Amino acid sequence: MAWLTLLIVLPLVGAAIAWFAGDGLARQVGFVVALVTLGVSIAMALAYAPNSTAFLQFTEHVDWIKAFGASYSVGVDGIALVLILMSTALVPVTMLAGWHEMEGGSGSIRGYVALTLILESMMVGVFAATDVFLFYVFFEAILIPMYFLIGRYGGAKRQYASIKFLLYSLLGGLIMLAALIGLWVQAKQQLGHGTFDWATLSQLHLDPTTEKWLWVGFFIAFAVKAPLVPVHTWLPDAAAEATPGSATLMVGVLDKIGTFGMFRYLLVLFPAASLWATPVVIILSIVSIFYGALLAIGQSDIKRLIAYTSVSHFGFITLGIFAFTSQSQSGAALYMVNHGFSTAALFLVAGFLISRRGSRFIEDFGGVNKVAPLLTGAFLLAGLSSLALPGMSSFVSEFLVLVGTFTRYPSEAVIATFGIVLAALYILLMYQRSMTGMPGETVRERVTEMNRREIVAIAPVLAIIIALGFVPQVLLNVINPTIDKTMHVVAVADPKPALEGTNS
Amino acid sequence: MSMNAYVTLSAVLFSIGAIGVLTRRNAIVAFMSVEMMLNAANLAFVAFAKVNGDLTGQVVAFFVMVVAAAEVVVGLAIIMTIFRSRHSASIDDANLLKY
Amino acid sequence: MQIHMQEAASLAQASGVSSLAWLVIALPLAGAAILLLGGRRTNAWGHYLAVLMAVGSFVVGVLLLTDMLGKPVADRGVIIPLWDWIAVAGFHVPVALQLDQLSISFVLLITGVGSLIHIYSLGYMEHDPDRRRFFAYLNFFFAAMLTLVLADNYLLLYVGWEGVGLASYLLIGFWQYKPSAATAAKKAFIANRVGDVGLSLAVMLMFAVIGSVTFEGVAKAAPAVSEHWLTLIGLALLLAACGKSAQFPLQSWLLDAMEGPTPVSALIHAATMVTAGVYLIARSHAIFDLAPNARLAVVIIGGITLMMGAVIGTAKDDIKKALAGSTMSQIGYMVLGAGLGPVGYVFALFHLITHGFFKAGMFLGAGSVMHGMHDNVNMRRYGALRTSMVVTYATFGLGYLAILGIPPFAGFWSKDEIIKAAFGQNTFVGLVTLIGAAVTAFYMTRLMAMTFFGTARWEDGVHPHESPATMTVPMVILAFGSVFGGMALVFVGNIQSWLEPVVGFQETTTAPSSAVLMPTTILLVLVGAWIGFRKYAMQAVPVEAPANVSWATVAARKDLYGDAFNETVLMRPGQWLTRTLVYLDRRVVDGAVNGTAGLVGVLASALRRIQNGFARSYALTMLIGAAILVAVAMLVRMS
Repeated sequence: MAWLTLLIVLPLVGAAIAWFAGDGLARQVGFVVALVTLGVSIAMALAYAPNSTAFLQFTEHVDWIKAFGASYSVGVDGIALVLILMSTALVPVTMLAGWHEMEGGSGSIRGYVALTLILESMMVGVFAATDVFLFYVFFEAILIPMYFLIGRYGGAKRQYASIKFLLYSLLGGLIMLAALIGLWVQAKQQLGHGTFDWATLSQLHLDPTTEKWLWVGFFIAFAVKAPLVPVHTWLPDAAAEATPGSATLMVGVLDKIGTFGMFRYLLVLFPAASLWATPVVIILSIVSIFYGALLAIGQSDIKRLIAYTSVSHFGFITLGIFAFTSQSQSGAALYMVNHGFSTAALFLVAGFLISRRGSRFIEDFGGVNKVAPLLTGAFLLAGLSSLALPGMSSFVSEFLVLVGTFTRYPSEAVIATFGIVLAALYILLMYQRSMTGMPGETVRERVTEMNRREIVAIAPVLAIIIALGFVPQVLLNVINPTIDKTMHVVAVADPKPALEGTNS
Repeated sequence: MSMNAYVTLSAVLFSIGAIGVLTRRNAIVAFMSVEMMLNAANLAFVAFAKVNGDLTGQVVAFFVMVVAAAEVVVGLAIIMTIFRSRHSASIDDANLLKY
Repeated sequence: MQIHMQEAASLAQASGVSSLAWLVIALPLAGAAILLLGGRRTNAWGHYLAVLMAVGSFVVGVLLLTDMLGKPVADRGVIIPLWDWIAVAGFHVPVALQLDQLSISFVLLITGVGSLIHIYSLGYMEHDPDRRRFFAYLNFFFAAMLTLVLADNYLLLYVGWEGVGLASYLLIGFWQYKPSAATAAKKAFIANRVGDVGLSLAVMLMFAVIGSVTFEGVAKAAPAVSEHWLTLIGLALLLAACGKSAQFPLQSWLLDAMEGPTPVSALIHAATMVTAGVYLIARSHAIFDLAPNARLAVVIIGGITLMMGAVIGTAKDDIKKALAGSTMSQIGYMVLGAGLGPVGYVFALFHLITHGFFKAGMFLGAGSVMHGMHDNVNMRRYGALRTSMVVTYATFGLGYLAILGIPPFAGFWSKDEIIKAAFGQNTFVGLVTLIGAAVTAFYMTRLMAMTFFGTARWEDGVHPHESPATMTVPMVILAFGSVFGGMALVFVGNIQSWLEPVVGFQETTTAPSSAVLMPTTILLVLVGAWIGFRKYAMQAVPVEAPANVSWATVAARKDLYGDAFNETVLMRPGQWLTRTLVYLDRRVVDGAVNGTAGLVGVLASALRRIQNGFARSYALTMLIGAAILVAVAMLVRMS
């Protein structure tokens, strides 16, 4: 069954229906389509065989541009599968949570719904593509709906933010395109015909220097997407200006393309170069962890703060990827999913707060706990998930990253561990300033308790966060085999415990 | 037959035309200078066609004439319209299309 | 990994009653969930449900104990596997509980004292509008604390470890509208997080070196690990213990934690959570046994905190903060005892249990006093309460005798053994514990005298009265514990042989004989108490704290500059750093990007000027361009 094509086409059809349904019905149509898509992706996940020997499953292949070997090829490995699941789960949630947030922008309601669904289709496409050219097309095309979602429905500085987002990503994408062409030329030289097929390209024997250059090309694109310090500054602007729903999809899903690309393309296509670049990436990751956290502490705008926490979290993810141990990489892959949900929870609850109070600034809140305890509770839970409290899903992934990193790079892991103190600081400072104390006049007047729609939207996210904290193995069982295969491609093995070496 | 005379004449005519375009302010005169440059080119084409013994150059010369005729039609019409609205045939006065 | 597999066999899997151990955690967790999710619907009966769950948990604990007592000593430790939590390559962590003599002791302490405090809270929180939330948090704390002590591996312990941290955060900040409470809560969480770094590091080290993170796996492998690694693991665990148990240098949060409701201070910040560090060290005895340097560090930290807490306790006028200083000091004793190794683990745990009784009792007494004094905590406005609050006075007094270590009260049995073991280790360490005991006697007498003796210095309109039965009954029961707890554990419970199979025990041989030590200790304690009594019961206590006092008093009042240190060394530079980074991020990192964009813009507007609207200048440009093209073409052709 063509699961992936179905998942790509379904939201597109939904977008068309929503557009023609008009402003009155677009949201209902969009929500139903998103739910159906989620159902399909769950069904696909159930059909997935985690222990199969094949790297990719549900593969489809149709020739597209024969002249240079580009094809429509899709397929998923464990990481792509869980990311698609996460993306399709987040879309209905953001739609429901942001039921009214598209009403203020300069675009129409049906436009918002249609753009969101188009975005969903491309999110699936970018994770499913197994043809590097197709991946590139989705990688760039996904910018278009996001650009309009920010630029038409965002806050006061939305134009600036959307252009910045677009330019940053385009620049990264262009560099990747150059590397892509380079890769194609290599394939042409070695195989006699050019191809973009990922599996074929992974068999190439690249000359070390070329491999490094190509690696750098791809890496820059992924680092901008992820984002790593110092190419992160588009994120706070874009996330702050976007509506909470689009910010969730942007930070929760679009940014994952970067880290997903590292797994799928950097490690598999350029294993030697990935090992060569490890020290630099690890340093960048650690810098990101602390830089993001410290900047989050210094923010006065809730949404910017959340964006900076993501910079810190992405530091953990890249650290895990490039520590090259089973634990750290599985942790990083799991982190991508968990971060999606925990950022969603944070952005959406922050969105509820902001839409009520009419301000993004922390200082304009205070004492919310007195007037809206449920909202406060949701905010605290979301925050605790962001600071990786044990019992929350993010703890498992963060700890896996750290423990895995420790076995190979102990001192780096020790430094990174201190990041958890800063994480507590940025979340609790924000919580203290916005939620505790006595409510001011405006807060008392405007901030009301969550309504039923908001509860229904946020409750599943929080439930998933807690549930995955105790049974992460559901996802790890899917992720682990893929990590094993990736590690095998890169030809690295886990360091053995020191004791086993001496004993046996 | 010496080519030099034709080519020299063509070059001289072309230069006169070019200088005319650059220095004269009156649109009609500038226009005539452009025509002169076109005809200088035509002369060169025809001369080379004769020397090489094929018709390509002559065909191109005809093309140039057709283009020149069309250009005169459009160009003169524009100049007429500008003159009507501004009461001036100076091309420096028509400088609104700028940064 | 292989090691872990082989050894899983040595602790039997639970069967029968003991396989129900998960109920101990599940009951209060369910209570918390129902109360929090049920919302206002549960307002009317929620607190009773919470009490029921707590007591139910205690009952299950008692059942587990009786079941355990019916088994031979060798079979008492069992593992209750629940489900696979994390399994990635060699990193296997199950969710499994370990039930043995050590964990059951904690289960009973937590659920026993905890249930009493639940009942007490029925009275104490009766008029609080957020009573339901309070009881939900208490139940949640129960679940987390029991997870902490029942976990069979360090990572699951970590879940409980931060869970109690969260409960403590929520309960210290229970009255969130008070900025001081919110700040104190945050401070506690952050200090604990610093400690948690230690726990994280310890787990990482264990996995990297041993390949297992279960207590059993680590204990079995420890002898084969080089001392260097064991010392590192020990130090990391010590950092964790410092955070949770308010030991130097992470001690400062505990005093602020008194912002929480008093039952919370009694349960979390006196009897149970803050002693988790001692539990962790005792649980990891296999590591500390083989790492003398780490043990030395534990002793030093315990000794420093013991003295710091005692000194702080002497200068506080806030009854709860004085008690908090005392808690710090007493936990210092326990940590020090645990650091002594096999001669001390048992007594550290013993002191932990007796301390749980008498300190919880005294905190509840303090709550009762506050209840009668309109929530005033300033002891300078107390005085002469012994007549108007008889039950409180009596129960508090018994707790007081217990903490002083007067025979035969509970504290005597445990503290005396720690002092003896400390002398066995090192005379200096022994002297520290001895002086600490004298100072304890002084500040506790001061507290006692200022509250219950002397003249009444009450504020206008305050009419002290005894608290309701829901509050006094738990106090009475805990007072029984303060009186008989020590004797019961020594003579009936036989604590040494009870805990020995788990943590090991070794009689100290190098200590001076008890015949010399015990009278000396008691004499010093009496001297300390006498000084305190003379100064605070027989002389008038000024209503305002005297201003012209020695530097030592000033330092003690300011918590020995713990906060000042944190502020100048950590907070201010941190704030400066974040401000600078925010500025740099905007100006330099983002500035570079926006600057590039700006530069392109400037260049473009400069180039735009060429488009000047003069047709003849365009013609000239074209001509020059054509000339250059021709020239280039000719040059290329020629070369």
